[in-house]
Amino acid sequence: MFLELRDLHVKYGNVEALHGINVHVDEGEIVTILGANGAGKTTTLMSISGLVQPSQGGVYFKGKALHEMPSHAVVREGITQSPEGRRVFGTLTVLENLNLGAFTSNDKARIRKTRDWIFELFPRLLERKDQLAGTLSGGEQQMLAIGRALMGDPKVLLLDEPSLGLAPILVKSIFETVRAINKTGMTVVLVEQNARAALKLATRGYVLEVGRVVMEDSAANLLANTDVQDAYLGGSGH
Amino acid sequence: MEEFFQQLTNGLAVGGIYALIALGYTMVYGVLKLINFAHGDLFTIGAYLGFTLFTAFGLAGWVSGPGGVLLVLVMVMGLVALIGFLLERVAYRPLRSSSRLSAVVSALGASIFFQNAVMLIYGAKFQVYPNDIRPSYVLSIMGIDVPLVRIMMIAASLGLMLALYWFTQRTRIGAAIRATAIDQGAAKLMGIDVNRVISLVFMIGPALGGVAGVMVGLYYGQVDFTMGWVYGLKAFTAAILGGIGNIPGAMVGGLLLGVIEALGAAYISIAWKDAIAFLVLILILIIRPTGLLGERVADKI
Repeated sequence: MFLELRDLHVKYGNVEALHGINVHVDEGEIVTILGANGAGKTTTLMSISGLVQPSQGGVYFKGKALHEMPSHAVVREGITQSPEGRRVFGTLTVLENLNLGAFTSNDKARIRKTRDWIFELFPRLLERKDQLAGTLSGGEQQMLAIGRALMGDPKVLLLDEPSLGLAPILVKSIFETVRAINKTGMTVVLVEQNARAALKLATRGYVLEVGRVVMEDSAANLLANTDVQDAYLGGSGH
Repeated sequence: MEEFFQQLTNGLAVGGIYALIALGYTMVYGVLKLINFAHGDLFTIGAYLGFTLFTAFGLAGWVSGPGGVLLVLVMVMGLVALIGFLLERVAYRPLRSSSRLSAVVSALGASIFFQNAVMLIYGAKFQVYPNDIRPSYVLSIMGIDVPLVRIMMIAASLGLMLALYWFTQRTRIGAAIRATAIDQGAAKLMGIDVNRVISLVFMIGPALGGVAGVMVGLYYGQVDFTMGWVYGLKAFTAAILGGIGNIPGAMVGGLLLGVIEALGAAYISIAWKDAIAFLVLILILIIRPTGLLGERVADKI
């Protein structure tokens, strides 16, 4: 098994946010996790990255127990994240932000190659490389957050709400970029509220409701499912 | 004019010391949002370790010239850095997830512990630095006499500040420190070991504070176990003046406070020296609570 969440429970104080979810991701897939606000999508990604600890169950990557590792070791295993709200380092330049994404690597040639590739994916970042990240527009910050996560040369890229607050045209371009990234062989886990766009892109999907997986299917089937359409696709989808 | 120049250079020398100590406050505040109240005592420990080393080396006949002073400074930096590292492990790390007030109480406790430890080891009387170490030359700059030791102090503190600035702005580890100060969670997502960054900050700050302690010993010739209180408070004022959490701010704040204090003592009254420094603190908190270079509000201690 490539990446697997097995009976994952997470508690914040006395409140349980995830009630034992099972999710698996195969190599090369784009898996999307859908759900309303508070369903536990961000908590799921944060437990993969090791920023929240499970109270029961665990996260396994190629047989290794990620939940027993500190968060920086998870990055070294090849799992990086573009977090909800972008969380770029505002008083650092675009270039400094990108370089921090490669913090765990010492391979200068590889880092340069990845950086050139990111500037190809997002030419705007190259134009603004010496600008402070806090002065970028929302869309540019999103590009930076994704680029920064790519700088770690991950095997699995976790994307949390990359479309949040962006103009539709930008959303389209970011999703196309995600597709291009996936074509290079990188596995992607995509958390989204924009369910239609996410399902069009993904191989498979999970639907979370208040901390439980309530549906799991191929993206095509979920897109055609009337329950999903009613709850997440704004009606019948016609 | 001569009086003004004397006070200006004196203010810069003392301000350099404030700045070096202030850097420790501001860097720790940057990554942990905690005022390390024991920092002034680490400065005292540095001063006393310097005293011990100078005396011991002096007896052995090892200390001669600038090489010996440099050796002592480097040794003090290393030792105080080690104490800072242990302080964080023992007094702050176990309380990381507790309320901020617990950490403040722990900091005050550590301060009392250090101050009393120094008193018990060295005695409550002040100690005198061996007076044959510090250069007694007086330079003549454009007809004005300036003690060489003063020039050396200004140069040493500026040199250390530039080195620290270069380190935080131009190196990978420096960028990791800045990133950790901005957003610890995001720093973790970059693969930064935030605990190691915090340990490092608790070594750099105290190392600079320890050097400042030795410099005070060399400049004034004597040290006592309560010196960390006043210097700590002044340096804290300097850190607030520049904008707490902001590294260049601590440097500017320290130098500025030293100069304001020296000129105030000269032209108003020496008795008002401390009052002027704290008046600066009160004014900055009223007029510009973010400090001169700060963006963030220091809301609570």
